[in-house]
Amino acid sequence: MQNLPISVLLADDDEDDRILFQEALNEIKFKTEVRTVGDGRSLMEYLNRPEVKLPQVIFLDLNMPLKSGMECLHELKSSARFGNIAVAIYSTSASEEDIEETFVRGANVYIRKPDDFNELKRILEKVITINWQYHTSGLNRENFLLSF
Amino acid sequence: MNLYLKFEVNSLFQKVLENELKGLPVSYTVPGPGELTFHELVPDEVLEAIRARLDQYGIEILENPKAVLIQKIKDAIIELVYREDSLARCKVSVYLSERLRFGYGYLSKLFSESTFTSIENYLILQKTERAKHLIASQALTFTEIAWKLNYSSVAHFSTQFKNTTGLTPTAFQRIINKKRAVAAPGQNGVQLSEHPVDNAF
Repeated sequence: MQNLPISVLLADDDEDDRILFQEALNEIKFKTEVRTVGDGRSLMEYLNRPEVKLPQVIFLDLNMPLKSGMECLHELKSSARFGNIAVAIYSTSASEEDIEETFVRGANVYIRKPDDFNELKRILEKVITINWQYHTSGLNRENFLLSF
Repeated sequence: MNLYLKFEVNSLFQKVLENELKGLPVSYTVPGPGELTFHELVPDEVLEAIRARLDQYGIEILENPKAVLIQKIKDAIIELVYREDSLARCKVSVYLSERLRFGYGYLSKLFSESTFTSIENYLILQKTERAKHLIASQALTFTEIAWKLNYSSVAHFSTQFKNTTGLTPTAFQRIINKKRAVAAPGQNGVQLSEHPVDNAF
């Protein structure tokens, strides 16, 4: 087993969702290092600090104040510095169109926020596992699409 | 006359490495006791020279046999998935234990302990990755892909694809096509051939 924690960043304006997310990650079999921010602008400001160690996966809520998840996705995917970070959309929206739109714009994972805590744990564990397989087996990230 | 010497193993180790690696075309750091990290890939003959020099101190280069075996399992699975003959239709447990000469139970336990997934799931992941590649290359129908990847039917293939990715093969194809249209506006239907070697190794 690898011991290095996997670094994860969540941008979500809902505090309850941020807490649940952290608790769920604490209970999965991977060791993770979680940081959360409350809106899109803080997310981009944080990532653009030169001393920051970039996370392996960013979870993005779509509806956030100051800067939406969609805008963040666009900025992340058009920058060489962030281009290799896996982006998971974490949203209450469940429309097929939204889902496809985010994939077309470069998201790797789409998670419809589940109501059930165990379901959330199961999903997060699967996302981290598959991301890990992509990372360790040199798979083509262009084809990394996963929807829950 | 007797002298009593106190010595520190780590600085001894460091000093030995320093002396023995001097003059060799390698740059390295010592991240901790018993570890050596080279900054570039070291050619085999240089590695052999290092092995011989360190041997006189009783220092041995360890190859982690478990990590080596896990890589062999992964390589064998990838080879199986990309194989085009009837061998690809045999059971993975039989194939792996014959190929690697270990019982499947042992291989399976070792794999699960170190990779966060099981051999079965890894096989499904690799098959799905190849399916994605084939879908994206647009040369084959879903029925042909299902047959090529040893699924009993196109329905079975679509179900496993959906279970693994959350998307149907049709939705996946649509998204890939739109992504390409966004990435290369004006160039419709860019054909990508399948390069399993680029992808898998």
